[in-house]
Amino acid sequence: MGLLGKDSKLISDPLADNNPITIQVLGICSALAITAELKASIVMSISVIFVMGAGNVVISLIRNIIPSKIRIIVQLTVVAALVIIVDQVLKAYSYSLSKELGAFIGLIITNCIIMGRFEAFALANGVWRSFLDGIGNAIGYGVILIIVGFFRELLGSGTLLGYAVLGDPIEKTGLYSIGYENNGFMLLAPMALIVVGLIIWVQRSRNISLIED
Amino acid sequence: MEHIELLFKSIFIDNMVFATFLGMCSYLAVSKKVDTAVGLGAAVIFVLTITVPLNWLLDKYILQDGALVWISEDFAIYDLSFLSFIMFIATIATMVQLVEIIVEKFSPSLYNSLGIFLPLIAVNCAILGGSLFMQSREIPSLALALTYGVGSGIGWFLAILSIAAIREKIRYSNVPAPLRGLGITFIITGLMAIGFMSFGGMLTGGDEEVAKKELDVELVANSNDQKLNNNLFLKNSKEVN
Repeated sequence: MGLLGKDSKLISDPLADNNPITIQVLGICSALAITAELKASIVMSISVIFVMGAGNVVISLIRNIIPSKIRIIVQLTVVAALVIIVDQVLKAYSYSLSKELGAFIGLIITNCIIMGRFEAFALANGVWRSFLDGIGNAIGYGVILIIVGFFRELLGSGTLLGYAVLGDPIEKTGLYSIGYENNGFMLLAPMALIVVGLIIWVQRSRNISLIED
Repeated sequence: MEHIELLFKSIFIDNMVFATFLGMCSYLAVSKKVDTAVGLGAAVIFVLTITVPLNWLLDKYILQDGALVWISEDFAIYDLSFLSFIMFIATIATMVQLVEIIVEKFSPSLYNSLGIFLPLIAVNCAILGGSLFMQSREIPSLALALTYGVGSGIGWFLAILSIAAIREKIRYSNVPAPLRGLGITFIITGLMAIGFMSFGGMLTGGDEEVAKKELDVELVANSNDQKLNNNLFLKNSKEVN
């Protein structure tokens, strides 16, 4: 089961040129709401990678016996069951983080990436390829989440994963000693949209073929 | 009064799109034209109005800790809240199908205008988000849940309508090539969200009254202290005399 050229493309494509967030425009809701901190973004990415990989495998296994008329309900049930697992694990091992993410773990169910990949890929492909496609897209999603989370936490509160990397803003050490200030605005909701907008700008400037009309 | 407050709060302050980013996918995908945006927005109001109160009933009588008491006292120990995701999404998916069938039967014209959007809505995060926030904000009564559903729906409608209008106009502007389409839409939405943040001060009138009362109490307390001090002073001066 080595990674052949064609299969490895399933993972590498969504990372850049077919990224779920910046190109396919899927799964934006959670990408924006929980990225004020790097830690939350990482946990969210891992949850989505798990749900996406496992969900694609399950849907691919039962793809031939789902009646096409009620397939949306079947898909939603599969995702909801997987998300309940994630939610319960988070509650058991990291209760404070689970409180912080709140309703957004539940909203993985309606994360359009998951439904989008079920519809577009898992319903028509074998188990191994579906698994790779799921993992690839979820990683592509996670990469954007982590980039946004990195900049928002660094510029907004001057920390990374809770560690003060830029010095102490109260004691004026590190960067703060030369007059640097945290930009609290980065922590507010609108800046998430603008940061994603800028990422899209950078990506499309580097790859001209992605530019719309 | 409670209802009006919740209505305004859910439309403007906690606007689904600008404050919590719910339903962004369809918001970005279906906002190229005003007509289609109006269709989807109307469908979202419709479905939220039905599903939020319905899920409120589910939450109250089945899912909450000890909610099964109404069947028998023996069920008081059960807490089914871990099932809420699957129950809510199942309700939403079936309601959407049901609404689609009913609308098709009784109002073909409405069906033709909403038709293609209804199935899309089952996977719109705004719908599930409405129910989940209803649960996490602990909305106390069925009528308030209905108000919350309608308000969130109207808020989402307003958001998609305004972005669609802006996108129709911006097509003729000279936007830098890599930002065209998706990029500029993100940035405009960010700017609109900053605008909507200013509604945050709308309902703080009540807080000021509370603050004033606290101030009054403090003043009274201070004057009491002063009286006490004066008495002490008098006492002391008498003793000195």
